[in-house]
Amino acid sequence: MSGPDGAALGKRLREHDLSAAPAALNLLESRAPSDREQAKALLHEVSPAVLGHEAPGHIVGVTGPPGAGKSTLLSALLDYWRVGGAEKNASEPQTAAGNGRATKGGRTVAMLAVDPSSKHSGGSLLGDRARIDFDPSDTGVLIRSTAAGERLGGLAPGTRSAVQALAAAFDIVVIETVGVGQAETEVADVADTVAVVVQPGSGDVLQFLKAGIMETPDALVVTKADLGQIALRTRRDLSAALRSLGASGPAATRVIAVSSLPPVEGIDELARALDDHRASLDIAQTRLRTRRASALLEFTSEHGERGLRSLGGRREAQRLLDQQDPGLDSQALVAELERKIEKKTERMGSVEPGA
Amino acid sequence: MSGDQHSPRLTERDRPWMMRTYAGHSTAKASNELYRRNLAKGQTGLSVAFDLPTQTGHDPDDELARGEVGKVGVPVSHRGDMEALMEGIPLGEMNTSMTINATAAWLLALYIVAAEEQGVPQERLQGTTQNDIIKEFLARGTYAFPPAPSMRLIADMIAYTVQHVPKWNPINVCSYHLQEAGATPVQEIAYSMSNAVAVLDAVRERIGGANDGRGEKLMGEVFGRISFFVNAGVRFIEEHAKLRAMGILWEELGRERYGVEDPRHLRFRYGVQVNSLGLTEAQPENNVQRIVLEALAVTLGRSARARAIQLPAWNEALGLPRPWDQQWSLRIQQVLAYETDLLEYPDIFEGSKVMDGLVQELIEGARAEMAVVAEHGGAVEAVPYMKAALVDSHRQRISRIEAGEQVVVGQNRFIETESSPLTADGEGGILVVDPAVEAHQIEEVRAWRADRDQQTVDAALAELARVAREEDSKENLMVPTIAAARAGATTGEWARTLREVFGSYRAPTGVGEASAAPADHELAGLREQVASLQETLGRRPKILVGKPGLDGHSNGAEQIAVRARDVGMDVVYEGIRLTPAQIAASALQEGVHVIGLSILSGSHRELIPAVIEALHEAGVDVPVVVGGIIPEQDVEPLKKAGVAAVYTPKDFEITKIMSDILEIVRQRHGVPSAA
Repeated sequence: MSGPDGAALGKRLREHDLSAAPAALNLLESRAPSDREQAKALLHEVSPAVLGHEAPGHIVGVTGPPGAGKSTLLSALLDYWRVGGAEKNASEPQTAAGNGRATKGGRTVAMLAVDPSSKHSGGSLLGDRARIDFDPSDTGVLIRSTAAGERLGGLAPGTRSAVQALAAAFDIVVIETVGVGQAETEVADVADTVAVVVQPGSGDVLQFLKAGIMETPDALVVTKADLGQIALRTRRDLSAALRSLGASGPAATRVIAVSSLPPVEGIDELARALDDHRASLDIAQTRLRTRRASALLEFTSEHGERGLRSLGGRREAQRLLDQQDPGLDSQALVAELERKIEKKTERMGSVEPGA
Repeated sequence: MSGDQHSPRLTERDRPWMMRTYAGHSTAKASNELYRRNLAKGQTGLSVAFDLPTQTGHDPDDELARGEVGKVGVPVSHRGDMEALMEGIPLGEMNTSMTINATAAWLLALYIVAAEEQGVPQERLQGTTQNDIIKEFLARGTYAFPPAPSMRLIADMIAYTVQHVPKWNPINVCSYHLQEAGATPVQEIAYSMSNAVAVLDAVRERIGGANDGRGEKLMGEVFGRISFFVNAGVRFIEEHAKLRAMGILWEELGRERYGVEDPRHLRFRYGVQVNSLGLTEAQPENNVQRIVLEALAVTLGRSARARAIQLPAWNEALGLPRPWDQQWSLRIQQVLAYETDLLEYPDIFEGSKVMDGLVQELIEGARAEMAVVAEHGGAVEAVPYMKAALVDSHRQRISRIEAGEQVVVGQNRFIETESSPLTADGEGGILVVDPAVEAHQIEEVRAWRADRDQQTVDAALAELARVAREEDSKENLMVPTIAAARAGATTGEWARTLREVFGSYRAPTGVGEASAAPADHELAGLREQVASLQETLGRRPKILVGKPGLDGHSNGAEQIAVRARDVGMDVVYEGIRLTPAQIAASALQEGVHVIGLSILSGSHRELIPAVIEALHEAGVDVPVVVGGIIPEQDVEPLKKAGVAAVYTPKDFEITKIMSDILEIVRQRHGVPSAA
């Protein structure tokens, strides 16, 4: 039984062949040693070094507490991106439009819905898919549910790689996570743009924001605008809190009220805000930082603190990463770090890292 | 009417409750014949079962209707179908109960128009539309629109009938389905009462503010028209106490929250269908005595006796009951009402300390739980909370049965049995709907559309859309709905028009919040197996669980999903109402290792092969297992079509099913069996 061919899958993604995505994700999520070799080959094919530029897709993190209306919001956004927003986004710098494989116009969208794993069994119930409306015949959309894995509020290493790979093929890659605070920080590590979703009357987000427990997101979305006064008040309070944190000027966080159920309101404004934020970024710098951070995280999850120490500590590891070619993907960066410890262990004789 | 000082008896024997049989299948014509036969047998009211496309607002030629037409009820697509269904039945005298919810306004409109054709004005119509949408979100799954517009439709229907169809019960608040979904008696009381509050509040908002205090007077009438549809399980003493508790809470609610004073309006009125959840596939004849005992629960005490009863048939866990099976259940009611002395006494529990104690306990529990629902912002807002609580109760119930703590005779205890002559005939003792019905109905609805005055229909639907869009107007949606029925619009067209305005909706699944099963020895073993399988596969084994077709009975699928998580799998739970194409697309995108499908509506013969075909087309090669009410004789054909395993209600040990599924995945990947 021959396994998947990572390089071939990577090439197909590079050419915007969206049908390669499911198999690519299966491979990237796998921790089997043979699959991980292929995964490296795949990621190499979609790395900036091979692409000649950063992956063109816009990586959007969407996070918020349970019940805030994320799924309904994503359904409405999905619909907008696929159909409604098609012609309105001429300003979008690097869309992968014109790949001819998607059955509709508009922008192609991949959504990674991340759900927590059970601490008891390690299993997970990925229920969000059921709540996102999609047209099964539309090949321009991919929805994948993934488990967060062992760490609370974390993203599994496979998810980080998946985002990088999908951004080469899809116009928009959404990572949806549940929670506020920790979860949002993790998403901010991998996304170009982060939107936090809150429902009217939810004071906790306000408190988190003021207390600095959560980082300031790029957009704050107040759902259920049809609730009227209470939604308006929430929006006002959030705006005030942001101002008091000193966020002002053109780059300030936008607070947008949306109603995802008919009559749909505010979705176009949100989509524009996301695009504007992306346009304001130095994408090469952002992504480079992301790749290096991911590499460090993955290295640590593989080799532990002991592994880090044998590199000379976290700061030294960071310095090593900063010296690498900016075009390298995160797996290649991990490999670089691993090569370093191998060298050191060779020199030092028989010390086993992690023994 | 109560007895004199010396006699313990009533001076006059009570009249029996209304006796019904939940019936309908294949076509309007075939169902009409069945109704007439049932009435000739002494049934005193009608209970119409609609098929799932009709219940969810789809015409027979809709993609989602595939395999479901005429299966669990009768298809009614337009006024012509309703007229055929009621042909020769005098609607001025008949009392008709319709199990219809999302599309209740539409079916009532068709009924009103059919009565017009018989020369019967709407003022004379008697009957009930179920019309309880919250429990559809919670338990039954035949919703069509999002919560807010659904509540508006219900409120409008109530406002309309109170004024124009005064003998109609516009809503049956259902605790029935909550029990079927696993509710405890306390949950059943609390959630149904909370649902009623949500409905009454919505009506008050719709008709209230009506200047001159007329709103308040109307509220009394509205309160008096609300009836309940309850369930009764086999613990019949406690179940009877539950009904007494509901009566007390209902009166209290009327007085305190809505200012109702007229005692006639305050009476707790309910109809009942007794429990199907506890009916077994194993030794199905035992279900007869379960049904009898459950019927006692709702008739024993006079002060909490049902107004109308319909009993399930002994073979419901096997498939669709035949007319003879339903006759047997009708005869149970008749023996109880006419042969026994049940109807000769005043309330036999008056003064009983045990009964009063039970009632008090339930009232206290229900009040506390109602307060929790209120804290969530009322029943509509609390749907996710209630759904998760139900899934959890059901999980606990199943664990008790698996562990043998809750005895189910013939299933987990006393399982030695002779072979049953009842299921020995060729079809296994159930009704099988002729598959040609669907094609016939498709042709029929197309002919209907071609034959009518299209301009009138278009205008009527445009008017419906206009009223629907005017969210804040006081225009009642029933008016354009009746006009569209009269014009000859179809069920699918009416629902589509409203979907376009209201949007569509998917209810929460409740599975994400379900608590984990207590880790026992068996579960630990399975987790080991999952872990070792994960090493081989490179990823955690991933299963897709979903329900193809329109059947919304998701309890089984939810329990499988929760248990699969508890053994350590990654579970994609897709919820209800999926097309084969959606299932195939999800399986592909999610990269699952196995697919579990659940069907209870009898449409497995059509839908399962369709799913397998769609998977094939999508290039997904993973094993498919099927669970549901699958008659014995259908198991082999399904396996031939490519299904790896079939589970039916007799496979009640979910942990065993999990172990099977893991073995199937291992085999598919060439991994040796676990020791």
